[in-house]
Amino acid sequence: MSGILVRNAFVIDPIKRISGEVMDIAIRDGWVVEDAGPDPVVIDASGCLTLPGGIDSHTHVCGTKVNFGRYMSPEDMRAGRTARRGVMHVTSGYSVPTTFGNSYRYSAMGYTTLLEGAMAPLEARHTHEEFTATPHQDMLANTLFDGNWSVMEAVRDRDIKRVAAIVAWTLSAVKGFAIKLTNPGGTEAWGWGQDVRGIHDQVPHFGVTPAEIISAMIEANEILRLPHSVHLHCNNLGVPGNYRTTLATIDLVPDLNPLRQSLYLTHAQFHAYGGSTWRDIDSRAEAICQAVNGKPIVMDMGQVMFGRTTTMTADGPMEWKLYMLHHNKWSNHDVELETGSGIIPVYYSRKSLVNCVMWAIGLELALLTNDPWQCLLSTDNPNGAPFVKYPEIIALLMSRRYREQEGTLLDPRTSHRTAIFSIDRELSWEEIAVMTRAGQAKALGITGLGKGHLGVGAAADLAIYPLDPDGIDPAVQVQEVIAGFSRTKYTIKRGRVVARDGEVIVEGANATIWSRSDVPSQYDMGQDPAFTEKFSQYYTVRMKNYPVQEAYLPRGVCIRTEAAL
Amino acid sequence: MKVVDVVCPFCGCLCDDLVVEVCDEKVVKVENGCTLASEKFLGDHRLQSPILREGFGWREIGYEEAISVAADILLAADLPLLYGWSGTHGEAQSVGVHLAEVLGGVIDNTSTVCHGPSILAIQEVGHPGCTLGQVKNRADVVVYWGANAIEAHPRHMSRYTTFTQGFFVKDAHLARTVIVVDTRRTETAEIADEFVQVEAGYDYEILSALRAIVRGREDVISGAVGGVAKTQLIRVAEICKRAKFGAIFFGLGLTMSAGKHKNIRNAIELVEELNRHTKWTISPMRGHWNVYGSNEVFTWISGYPFAVDFSRGIAFYNPGETTSVDILRRGECDACLVVGSDPGAHLPRACAAHLAKIPTIQLDPHVNATTHLATLQIPVAVSGIDAEGTAYRMDGVPIRVQKLVETKFPDDTEVLSAIYRRVREVKGQ
Repeated sequence: MSGILVRNAFVIDPIKRISGEVMDIAIRDGWVVEDAGPDPVVIDASGCLTLPGGIDSHTHVCGTKVNFGRYMSPEDMRAGRTARRGVMHVTSGYSVPTTFGNSYRYSAMGYTTLLEGAMAPLEARHTHEEFTATPHQDMLANTLFDGNWSVMEAVRDRDIKRVAAIVAWTLSAVKGFAIKLTNPGGTEAWGWGQDVRGIHDQVPHFGVTPAEIISAMIEANEILRLPHSVHLHCNNLGVPGNYRTTLATIDLVPDLNPLRQSLYLTHAQFHAYGGSTWRDIDSRAEAICQAVNGKPIVMDMGQVMFGRTTTMTADGPMEWKLYMLHHNKWSNHDVELETGSGIIPVYYSRKSLVNCVMWAIGLELALLTNDPWQCLLSTDNPNGAPFVKYPEIIALLMSRRYREQEGTLLDPRTSHRTAIFSIDRELSWEEIAVMTRAGQAKALGITGLGKGHLGVGAAADLAIYPLDPDGIDPAVQVQEVIAGFSRTKYTIKRGRVVARDGEVIVEGANATIWSRSDVPSQYDMGQDPAFTEKFSQYYTVRMKNYPVQEAYLPRGVCIRTEAAL
Repeated sequence: MKVVDVVCPFCGCLCDDLVVEVCDEKVVKVENGCTLASEKFLGDHRLQSPILREGFGWREIGYEEAISVAADILLAADLPLLYGWSGTHGEAQSVGVHLAEVLGGVIDNTSTVCHGPSILAIQEVGHPGCTLGQVKNRADVVVYWGANAIEAHPRHMSRYTTFTQGFFVKDAHLARTVIVVDTRRTETAEIADEFVQVEAGYDYEILSALRAIVRGREDVISGAVGGVAKTQLIRVAEICKRAKFGAIFFGLGLTMSAGKHKNIRNAIELVEELNRHTKWTISPMRGHWNVYGSNEVFTWISGYPFAVDFSRGIAFYNPGETTSVDILRRGECDACLVVGSDPGAHLPRACAAHLAKIPTIQLDPHVNATTHLATLQIPVAVSGIDAEGTAYRMDGVPIRVQKLVETKFPDDTEVLSAIYRRVREVKGQ
């Protein structure tokens, strides 16, 4: 493969502390190098904002519930379809596109790495099959442990080492990347049609509380030296007054890792509500930001944008509550010994005060967090909005004027319930680069794989946008910003140009990044009598048939660590 | 050699605890399986090489020629139909969808004649379901509606419901109440605690009556509905409301009787109603071992679980129009590729007659009813015996079926990939 030389690029690379320098980037064999070698392909990037490939650290794009979102929604499939063209397969879907649809649309926006937000271990094989069919991004899977019986029993017995050992066995078996807790304890309670109402509620039958599960998992995560922290979807998602639960959760978090956060709080917008009912809901973004500022915590926005979308989460009880509000259609899928899930379509309306407050809270979180490394850009795709809305969110964060314009279309009470229109802050290009790639790479702990930066030795994942930061005022030229971030001039993935002007031009070959923590033999759960007994008695799949075979990871990249056990 | 924890590629239960004895590259003994499983593993009457119809007879041909003939037939067609898919693994299904896409044809799976109505209902109102282990570990009430598990899914009750111990249900067959709803007293009905015998065609009315009772409106019900006494309906509704965890399993008795997808919608809405009181789930009893896999694979690639028409370039879905039975009955397709199914035995007569009129290619290890309608048959390895790949259980749990013996036969993925390559070459892609 001949090298590539990207010339005269306007580079912002927050990890390497490059802040708008015009420079050349040499690429060879998939990596950023000093010298591209003889006769490189030259790409003229003059006047083009050039960033490391985008990373989405929380999105729902592959696996059982995502596919069920497609399956149950022909109306959504019809709403976004393209014909086979060149190397591009047919795509369908707007809020839950087909795998190729996701891959092409993310690629057009310059995204090269995606973390699937929730994978049930029992159904991991499905997620990996869809990863293979999402060919233009490297993929990682958050692995659900919120209702894991073996984990809850070990937590009840205060045996942290056993908790760690169970996590190690499971991540390795299902080729997962990180620990995900979705409404910890609540998904097990939902097995009986119940939920937990706070972090100190008992989980039925298991004698543990969400707080105990969260604390134990944070500790176990560091024992295993996993690249990412625990990735938490707090209890009480979407419930008015839930900011108290979120603040109490933040209080649980110790500072255990000098390199990154000790807890990742996902889609924080859905967890920052004041009031006591939908009638008096208001924003508590400020309280959440105050609690997070300076703490070893990273959150992502979970921004809501107006229009149609599909909500999907492992949080089964939350989806039921949402269904009781919307009465549209409702799917639910509980997974034995592990977790749950639910799906309902929604429409976020500018005519709904609640939806307006949600919209405002997401933006407030990003604008009131002092350090952009602590609040990453996301919509919890597709829960708050489909990811194709990211460019509009960027524009909102960069322009006070645009926020005010939008505000004129909203329920006028929005300004009483939130502080969004009194915030002057306008984010810079560099802050946007942090919130869309550098921050994600650091929070996920994958900078060592060359992700999220463009220094020599970095993975040659680049997004070259038709945006000239010297020539555009993002506070004013909103439409240019949106158009620029919607469609790269070039997306380069592992040293190949994969997309040009929004068209994907090669067949992809992605990698799946997973974590494996080596434990001493006495902590090998595969040999543990109680663990294997539980498996054979209560799972409906034999332990031998449970692990995801290597065949499902044609290009697996394993981050291997030595557990401190 | 004994192989343990073998996955059975027969029905949607995908039991994965079989013990299979292999001797000289042949399966000689099967333990733990039901009679259907044993027959699948031990019955071996393979077609030995590809056969091409010539005049009133067949000519044996090589694989290379067979692939070339198959590609030519598909390329020459204006609207090829790619049908079947529930009897093969996901990797082959995936190639099939891409082949249909390149050809501009229609791809459809056997859901079109089994749980297609369930899918339509789910697309209207959603699907509150769960994995089978949730039922095993928690359910104290289990309903089989229009499904004769004992004969069609022989180990369903012993592995997942009535007769198996669960974490919260220790003394299973005493602790679980079994309700069977059917038009006749089936084997399954014999072991029910409560058998509700419905007059044929009245499932919808019975479901509506139960919904009314659960809502507290038994006053609107007459003395009997669809042959079932009001007193029994009230009793059943009470059992359902008192359950800690209830699970409905339904079969073709509900999907393919009068009302079709509206029956399923009503059943789902009954479950939704019950969830306002306690925990309930509902699940289709999927037939073929990987029919659910074909729905999954079609969906992530094309957006739709079955009946996908690529003839306009985009993926177009309109059951009733793009479903195989309708396309064949209207005589619209001018070539057909059958994989992992036997439409000659399962489709209505008029559809089978059209298959006999057009060039029909079949990928199947065995001579079956479709062979007699086909122009070309290519024998393939059997997934789960001499080929491996991914299958999705009736509840969506993906399991890898194993290759137990070496074989001279290529598997579906290999044959389909060769056809796909040839088609792309000719089309210059």
